[in-house]
Amino acid sequence: MTTAEAIPAGTGRETFVLNLGPQHPATHGVLRVKMTMDGEYVARAEPVCGYIHRMQEKMGENRTYAQFLPNTSRIDYLSAMTYTHAFVGAIERAAKLTVPPRAEYIRVITSELNRISSHLVWWGAFLLDLGGFTPLLYAFDDREKILDLLEGITGSRLTYSYYRIGGLYNDVDDTFVKGTRQFVAQMRPRLKMYRELVTENIILRKRLIGIGPIRAELCRKYGATGPVIRGSGVGYDVRKIEPYSVYPEMDFIAPAFPEGDSMARYLVRMEEMAQSLRIIEQGLDKLPAGPVMAEKVPRVLKLPAGDYCYAVEAARGRFAVRIVSDGKEIPYRVKLRSPSLSNLSLFEEASRGMLLPDALALMGSLDLVIPDIDR
Amino acid sequence: MKNLLHMLLAEPFRLVLALLVIMSFVGLNAAYLVWVERKGAGRFQRRPGPTEVGYAGLIQPIVDAIKLLSKQLIVPDGVDATLFRAAPLVVMVPSLIGLAVIPYSDKLVGRDINVGLLLIFALGSINVMAIMLGGWSSRNKYAIISAARVVSQNVAYEIPTLLVVITMIMVTGSMDLNEIVRQQAGGFWRWNLFRWDVNPLAPVTFLILYVCMLAETNRSPFDMAEAESELVAGAYTEYSGMGFGVFFMAEYANILLGCSVATVLFLGGWQSPVGIWSGLFWFLAKMYFLIFSVIWIRWTFPRTQFYGLLNLSWKILIPVSLFTLILSSAMLKIF
Amino acid sequence: MAGGDPAMNAKLPPSIPFQPVDYAAKGCHFEAVIAPDKVVEAAALLDGAGFVLDTITGVDWMAEGQMEVIYDFFRLEEALRVAVRARIPRDNPEIATISGVYPGANWHERETHDFFGIRFAGHPDLTPFLLPEDATYHPLRKDFVA
Repeated sequence: MTTAEAIPAGTGRETFVLNLGPQHPATHGVLRVKMTMDGEYVARAEPVCGYIHRMQEKMGENRTYAQFLPNTSRIDYLSAMTYTHAFVGAIERAAKLTVPPRAEYIRVITSELNRISSHLVWWGAFLLDLGGFTPLLYAFDDREKILDLLEGITGSRLTYSYYRIGGLYNDVDDTFVKGTRQFVAQMRPRLKMYRELVTENIILRKRLIGIGPIRAELCRKYGATGPVIRGSGVGYDVRKIEPYSVYPEMDFIAPAFPEGDSMARYLVRMEEMAQSLRIIEQGLDKLPAGPVMAEKVPRVLKLPAGDYCYAVEAARGRFAVRIVSDGKEIPYRVKLRSPSLSNLSLFEEASRGMLLPDALALMGSLDLVIPDIDR
Repeated sequence: MKNLLHMLLAEPFRLVLALLVIMSFVGLNAAYLVWVERKGAGRFQRRPGPTEVGYAGLIQPIVDAIKLLSKQLIVPDGVDATLFRAAPLVVMVPSLIGLAVIPYSDKLVGRDINVGLLLIFALGSINVMAIMLGGWSSRNKYAIISAARVVSQNVAYEIPTLLVVITMIMVTGSMDLNEIVRQQAGGFWRWNLFRWDVNPLAPVTFLILYVCMLAETNRSPFDMAEAESELVAGAYTEYSGMGFGVFFMAEYANILLGCSVATVLFLGGWQSPVGIWSGLFWFLAKMYFLIFSVIWIRWTFPRTQFYGLLNLSWKILIPVSLFTLILSSAMLKIF
Repeated sequence: MAGGDPAMNAKLPPSIPFQPVDYAAKGCHFEAVIAPDKVVEAAALLDGAGFVLDTITGVDWMAEGQMEVIYDFFRLEEALRVAVRARIPRDNPEIATISGVYPGANWHERETHDFFGIRFAGHPDLTPFLLPEDATYHPLRKDFVA
């Protein structure tokens, strides 16, 4: 047993370093957390990232805009649609392309389906961390239905690359519309079952209520967004505050819970799933006819020189893209602002002095996808 | 010839025979309870569980045992070699000895001694020591944390268990397990669970014993020792092959023992619920019903936190079991 | 800080020279170009005004012999995105750290250092964040050869 740092001499206590290594059942992906432990308490938790760093931003400088599009799905593979949306949104803003309304509605519907499937994975995995093995399989059962729907129109189950610069590459058909309505109808009772069986379970409540408190000011200082900041009482949602696409025409709420503990973040995501179902229904009701691709998208796309930004609300928080162009068909710089990085950066300060299982519950409630941090 | 047979069935040989039968019973149960658990888990999770190997996966445990036997027994560098090797051996001992005094039916008892209950609980703590040894000798931070947690948890839950057992000894007036079962003859209303004239809180007492049994055997929702997502495999991290297999079997053997004791003390042991045709079948039915409920609970609930676990024991179970003890003794004295 | 929406103007700290930007085209509301030694002061003013640090971007303008550091900020209550830009010489890229004001800048600055070699003076731990611990190269520089 090695002791890396000892508490200053005279206190008679020693700390030891526990390595939650890159391979560990609780860290979702390859994240290493060097925890300096004082018995069962975490003295300092230092995340070490970079195990899955693929240098996406350099790839952005080696490819044309259209060639970089598949990369965007692979940054955060669970919430791939929204990431592609940000990238094509920035280019459409720069090239002043008008996306036809049918494409916008389909983008919103598929993004919200993706959000639900991402939250289902988070829910199952979080409960697995806490020792409840069964909900994961129920969540994946629901998720299969979403993946089947999206496979029908995009051809992929996980990394969709469905959107194109100017619209979509493939229109949706009747099977998709009918299937989505069926899915919405059967998902609502499932969410109710999850609430009764899992959310109201006494052991889960003891495990999450009051655990891992994060104040809103801490979120602001670290730039944490998404369910993390909404679980601390601040109703910041990019879809509401900085609306894009056809979200202004949808009637939904961005749920916020004031307690700031893990239970609040949990409830935010469960409620978000219900709100996403509402958005999907409204999208299907309002879906106009028409083309799905803008006219006159240049084959060789060159953006005028300058900076272009676009931000979306991904499942994990605010994802923003900044494209610096110098007039060529290859971007000069592509900056990807990932929500998981900002969310994880507050872990060191928030977990000081916590017990180990509580720190792990906090990390699970942050909903991290490590390739999103490392890009 | 007849004399030879009589001699063979005389006490020492009979005990050896009983021990062999128990060892094979435990071994077979440990193997097939794994099958029940995996199938049950599968069905609770809306999937079929093992189906490939043999009809409905019935040969799966045998195949798993062969696999475990064929693995190299790795003893990592720097561990305390004697303790490391000894821990799996020690962990099986208490359950084997405990099962020797459980009455499976009126005549099927390994050794019908008049302090059977005392024997079970006297030797029952040895498996805690074995897990502690295994964790400590592994020279692995996760294992040490897990071993410390196991000791803390088991000590905390021994106390309500013993308080409940003392209550039942007072209620039944005997420590001889077969005698306790004989007292519950005549139909299910005579079982100790329903004996409210002496112990009005009998169902509460049963519940306390059940919860403590879950905690003593380190079963979910109290499986801190092997809390997978926190401590990889806990105290057993460094064990490979059959060493790990033995720990695994010991967990099921302990569940067997715990459920047997609960059956005998509260549910009437081998007595039938309608008063006639008592025997081995009823004992096994009740015991397996309890085991199924243990498996069911494992796959339904998440894990408690460690301090939640200890709070439950020290702050809730001990006061309640003390209260039932005092209440029972008062009822016995007065009525 | 000339022009632009008066309601938005009211939220910006007056001493930073913000210029309005076409949001529909660029996605940003205001931009300011400041000298590199004013960065910490600007960050403190924006922190006091309640802005959130979005990200820190480095850009390598090799042809001009400069590197640019872009600090993005946004607000939580309404749509207001601002960018603060500072240019530093390419052959000795150094700029003060704002991690004392915004602790979240810690990781963003480590990443920018990894990719460009920009030194953030006063940073508590400028070790590689995404690159291997022993990396001495800076991949996003335009003259980087793998």
